[in-house]
Amino acid sequence: MSQHAAHEPEKVDAATGQTIRSHEWDGITELNTPLPRWWINIFYATIIWSIGYWIVYPSWPLFSDYARGAFGYASRLEVQADLDGLKAVRAKQAAGLEKASLEDIAKNPDLRRVALAAGRTAFGDNCAPCHGQGGAGAPGYPNLNDDDWLWGGKLADIHLTLENGIRAAGNDKTRMGMMAAFGRDGVLKPDEVRMVSNHVRQLAQLPTEKTYDAAKGAAIFKEHCASCHGEDGKGSLEFGAPNLTDAIWLFGNGIEQIVETVTNGRQGVMPAWTGRLDPITIKALTVYVHSLGGGK
Amino acid sequence: MSTQAPQKESIWAKHRILETNSIYLVIGILLVVSIGGLVEIAPLFYLRSTIEKVTGMRPYTPLELAGREIYVREGCYNCHSQMIRPLRDEVERYGHYSLAAESMYDKPFQWGSKRTGPDLARVGGKYSDDWQLQHLSAPRSLVPQSIMPGYPFLAKTELNYKYISNAMRANKIGGVPYTEEQIKNAEADLRAQADPNDPNVDAMTKRYTERAEKTPDGKEQTVTISKVNARDFDGNPKMISEADALIAYMQVLGTLVDFKLYDGKANIR
Repeated sequence: MSQHAAHEPEKVDAATGQTIRSHEWDGITELNTPLPRWWINIFYATIIWSIGYWIVYPSWPLFSDYARGAFGYASRLEVQADLDGLKAVRAKQAAGLEKASLEDIAKNPDLRRVALAAGRTAFGDNCAPCHGQGGAGAPGYPNLNDDDWLWGGKLADIHLTLENGIRAAGNDKTRMGMMAAFGRDGVLKPDEVRMVSNHVRQLAQLPTEKTYDAAKGAAIFKEHCASCHGEDGKGSLEFGAPNLTDAIWLFGNGIEQIVETVTNGRQGVMPAWTGRLDPITIKALTVYVHSLGGGK
Repeated sequence: MSTQAPQKESIWAKHRILETNSIYLVIGILLVVSIGGLVEIAPLFYLRSTIEKVTGMRPYTPLELAGREIYVREGCYNCHSQMIRPLRDEVERYGHYSLAAESMYDKPFQWGSKRTGPDLARVGGKYSDDWQLQHLSAPRSLVPQSIMPGYPFLAKTELNYKYISNAMRANKIGGVPYTEEQIKNAEADLRAQADPNDPNVDAMTKRYTERAEKTPDGKEQTVTISKVNARDFDGNPKMISEADALIAYMQVLGTLVDFKLYDGKANIR
């Protein structure tokens, strides 16, 4: 029916003034309301405009390459240019940080200000997940605001730790110290673990359990713990062995927590940041961490 | 058909033919869509400029692949992208922009487009295994402002890896070049990667990092092209947990390509 209707004179709808399309179903007909001419013209204009894009930007694939655009635009060139621009903006201050020694940066007010600003930014993304936004740490992740250091709180120490990490896999210069799993590996029996854990609490002047025998605890400590933590329990920066006599505890000072530490050992890992962060950022971070409160 | 001469119709009104004849419309749609496919998809398979040359990429080990399945199962991609775009601020924060080659063994890739959490394309090695474990179990114990849900069950659930060789076979059909030897040893290799004391660690590492290559003078030699992390990722030697697999997967993300050997200028586009 519609085939024939195509040639009939078009009827006009009285209400709208539009022509009525020739098909109808059960008396329902359709107005022929075309898109406005201005709208269609804009549509065609955008198609023409796209030809400009094909010429200017990389576009059509060809057989062995693709149309690279008249001006050689590439998003990877653009990001390189942006990064180079950023480098140029920072060049003067970066050169200052690069040349100066860590001590000089910490002493010179201008360099220090730059280092603290850059360090703070880098700290937020890279260090805060473990050490907290303000460097207050979390159980297992040292507080950087106090002056209790596992591996040394001098600028050079912090720098070495940042560059090479702690027990970081695949880094030869990383800080290495192993708190063995005395209980799990069968070096100490469970009651000996408990005895020496009580001794550790006694070193920190915390109350001990009734079963604790000072002589026995001290003997076990001397044999197994003193080589790293020292006979007096004051720790050693060389092995990253914490001071056990103070009030600062990385893994908790409850008797059960200490028993857990002695039983299974502790080998916290800090990643090495060389390679991930550039040397100038690591220097800035060093000064920043040093400035947090405990720098020596 | 009528013999009457058709009405003179403007060329701009010819679309009526398509709109009133469904078969013509279907043919027209197929035509236009196939142009899109030819232009956007077909060139990816043959254009040299879309295939980067990188050093270090290797297929996932069985443990990493199992971890990747958990990553997909838990819908990590709903909040985390794995795609560092070539934009200044992203490169500043996350490192080198992602290369297509870095997801060539991802079937399907995990680029994502939603960043409720940070991008994970280069999260490998950024945090320690302990941190990943604790953060997965209770994110706010480490990052107070985090809105990530906790996944404490991962460390408590034993990894089911009976299917792993089948998963590798499926990946192989999709184009991941797993060797028959790798598929045959899948379960043993998976156990070896999660246990540094396993006698199979060296053999497993070699299977994934070494490749026979011909030297310029025609001799066969074995070269190390990549690396594998083998350790007890969740710190629980009694069981290979789902956390072991997921952490193994995350610790390798973005770390395989050796950017010292990557020629950025040759891949400008």
